Amino acid sequence: MVEFTLNGAAVALDVPSEASLLQALRGPAGLSGPRFGCGDEQCGSCMVLVDGKPAYACTLSVAAAVGRAVTTVEGLGTPDAPHPLQTAFLAEQAGQCGYCLSGILVSAAALLARDPAPDEAAIRAALDPHLCRCGSHNRIIRAVRRAAREMAA
Amino acid sequence: MSPAKEPGASPQGSGFAAVTAAPPPGAPTLPGSLNGNRLLSHWLGFHADGKVTITPGKVELGQGILTTLSQIAADELDVDFTRVTARAAATPDSPDEGVTSGSLSTQDSGSAMRHACAAARAIFLQVVAQRTGIPVEDITIEDGIFHGPAGEIGSYWALADAALLETEAPPEVTPKPASARRIAGTSVPRIDLPDKVFGAARYVHDLRLPGLLHARVVRPPSRGAVLTMLRDGPLPGEARVVRDGSFLAVLAATEWDAEAAATRLAARAEWAERDTLPEATTLPDWLREAAARGERSAVVQRGDPAAGVTRWLKRSFHRPYIAHASIAPSCAVARWQDGSVEVWSHSQGPYNLRADLAKTLKCPAERITVRHMEGAGCYGHNGADDVALDAVLAARAVPGVPVRLLWSRAEELGWSPFSPGMLVEIEAGTDATGTLVGWRSHIISNGHSSRPGRAPEPTLLSASMLAEPFPVKPSINPPMSGGGGAPRNGVPLYRIPGMDIATTRLLEMPIRASALRGLGATLNVWSIESVMDELAGQAGADPLDYRLRHLDDGRAAAVLTRVAEMAGWAKRVKREGWGLGLGMARYKNLGGWAAVVAEVEACERVFCRRLWIAGDVGEVVNPDGVANQYEGGAIHGTSVALLEQVRFDRRRVTSDSWEDYPILRFSEVPRVEVAFIDRPEQPFLGAGEASMAPTIAAIGNAITDALGVRPSRLPFTPDNL
Repeated sequence: MVEFTLNGAAVALDVPSEASLLQALRGPAGLSGPRFGCGDEQCGSCMVLVDGKPAYACTLSVAAAVGRAVTTVEGLGTPDAPHPLQTAFLAEQAGQCGYCLSGILVSAAALLARDPAPDEAAIRAALDPHLCRCGSHNRIIRAVRRAAREMAA
Repeated sequence: MSPAKEPGASPQGSGFAAVTAAPPPGAPTLPGSLNGNRLLSHWLGFHADGKVTITPGKVELGQGILTTLSQIAADELDVDFTRVTARAAATPDSPDEGVTSGSLSTQDSGSAMRHACAAARAIFLQVVAQRTGIPVEDITIEDGIFHGPAGEIGSYWALADAALLETEAPPEVTPKPASARRIAGTSVPRIDLPDKVFGAARYVHDLRLPGLLHARVVRPPSRGAVLTMLRDGPLPGEARVVRDGSFLAVLAATEWDAEAAATRLAARAEWAERDTLPEATTLPDWLREAAARGERSAVVQRGDPAAGVTRWLKRSFHRPYIAHASIAPSCAVARWQDGSVEVWSHSQGPYNLRADLAKTLKCPAERITVRHMEGAGCYGHNGADDVALDAVLAARAVPGVPVRLLWSRAEELGWSPFSPGMLVEIEAGTDATGTLVGWRSHIISNGHSSRPGRAPEPTLLSASMLAEPFPVKPSINPPMSGGGGAPRNGVPLYRIPGMDIATTRLLEMPIRASALRGLGATLNVWSIESVMDELAGQAGADPLDYRLRHLDDGRAAAVLTRVAEMAGWAKRVKREGWGLGLGMARYKNLGGWAAVVAEVEACERVFCRRLWIAGDVGEVVNPDGVANQYEGGAIHGTSVALLEQVRFDRRRVTSDSWEDYPILRFSEVPRVEVAFIDRPEQPFLGAGEASMAPTIAAIGNAITDALGVRPSRLPFTPDNL
């Protein structure tokens, strides 16, 4: 059993230690938010927060999560209680296919936690590990700025 | 502008079958895909609970088409938008709308949906009028509820009698005038986006059927390699091996076991390999050589290109193979039961996929059900169809058990079809005043479509690897009447009295080629727009003025003028290391217009910092959705312009990771400003592909402005400049 905190709740997952955190999250943990994109830390689709910091779940061994707090996009908010970023992404219609958004949202949440008023350059830098193929970048940047404003208000 | 003649304008080779279902002979023509799918019940249904379902055959690719179609339906029916649910396409119940491609979904499906809903509205009005004795003209509809002079007299849902829609759409229906639309024409938020920001299980990748097994393919180490030996041995998780010829896959209960088993099996496989690919460093030479053995045909011949010419400008332009580079590796789920198979797929054409699965399996199409589920954006014919066959082959070993087959990143970037390498040779002739009077060009390329469902033999990747393999036929081109493939946008939109434009389709295809956003336009528009800039320079004219001087197309002139205003073109100031460039096209010479101004900065390499875009797509159903498509296409174009190139050696594609196939990142993305000329009375023209090629052209011209060099090959990297 691998035990850690997932989106605020304690979980114990029956997975072999060689499984990746992403496989554990998408498998026994039953989540769909963290996405598989490359398996090689090159696209950011799988990004989650481990103790508040962005981490590539595709290469991180599930064993490395033991005793830590893992946050996925599902842990940011729900349709009934959305995170300001999720509200802002919808307000800006910041996405097309949306496959990259789970990872981008958690990285943006980590950015706003450490820098509540990031400028555009800081947002671009924080999101640079993430690939978006649909070209929604400018909307995503606007959405992060909008969320920062909402959270400061 | 219409070409005087198009001799042999569809060098499509073998079997380019009808794209969608055909209407019965002699039947009146109906709008869009309604023509071949005439029953109203195929398009919409009303339910007693007050809901309306629309069932288009076009599929959601992240472009927002289901939102657009829901808006059209809600408007025409006079129901609130939230009552409408769009069901994903599936065989055999959805209308066969062919492939969701070519920026045609609003034209094909939107015009069909508008007409079908207007017809349904008229039928229900008639029924209510008959039952109540109130004349139709005295009945109004508000949010689906019918009102007579004395109040409520019925609703779609109270009358939700399916039989009313079991009828062919009549031709004489009149949809609402533009002035009466309330929902179409507004930026309704996308219906699919909430799931995507909350991490919901929306993609086929997330489908978890009970008892599901995970499958992975063990790909050959190189193209054309044949599996000669497979050593036995235990596999993790008691994984099961599926082999058919050189198609090799593993099945396991968990993803980690499936991946570990695939790695172990790969080490036990031996393959016979050989050189099958051309020399990458001399790709333009190979294209010329292969063209000598290819199928040459005329695209346009008009007048005498040499008449009045006092000066010729000769230029050639080249682009490499380009990958779709979807963010998600392709995925499908398949389940066999009693000799039939059900497939969940992010294919762009469920019926086309079904047709090629049937050919591969040598079974009637009726034994196969294809259900669309979203994947990541595809931007054309990526691995979506191929992986569906892989899942079907893997699942055949375990009847009754659903199998999810996920490609690796290396498969997605290394084995999906690619947009083919191309070469264009142009001779532009000007008269003594510098006016463009003659144009000769030759467009050399593989065909731009290997899509399934159109040829006698399947085009799915693994069909060529089976023990009884299917041959891989050279790719084909859609006919010029539909926009063409390699020669797409190869005919300048400008007024040129003499033209001789030809294309050669290669009859050998070392690297599997198919459709990617824009098809040949990505090279053709840039090559034309580059020549226009150079001719303007020769004539001592401003590039904008020179273009306007050669345009009879008022809508093209309007987008050019608009974008010049947006970018402050007339007042631009030259800065060291910076450049501004212009690009314009009407997509396919049939669809939406886009004019782009790009601003680039030349540092250690070229960066595009800003883009201004003016567009015209006729009637706009969802302004924000159209803007999103134009912005996305422009950023895609920027990425292709500056970075993208499929790399290969004599045996294999080597650019099979993001490190080797970089795309544009957040730190490099230009700011984009878009504006549209709204024409609510004009037909829909499509938005998905219009901005990409003009963006590449604008960046190419901006580079010349910044550096004084004129690029002749994509991508615009320091090596190529």
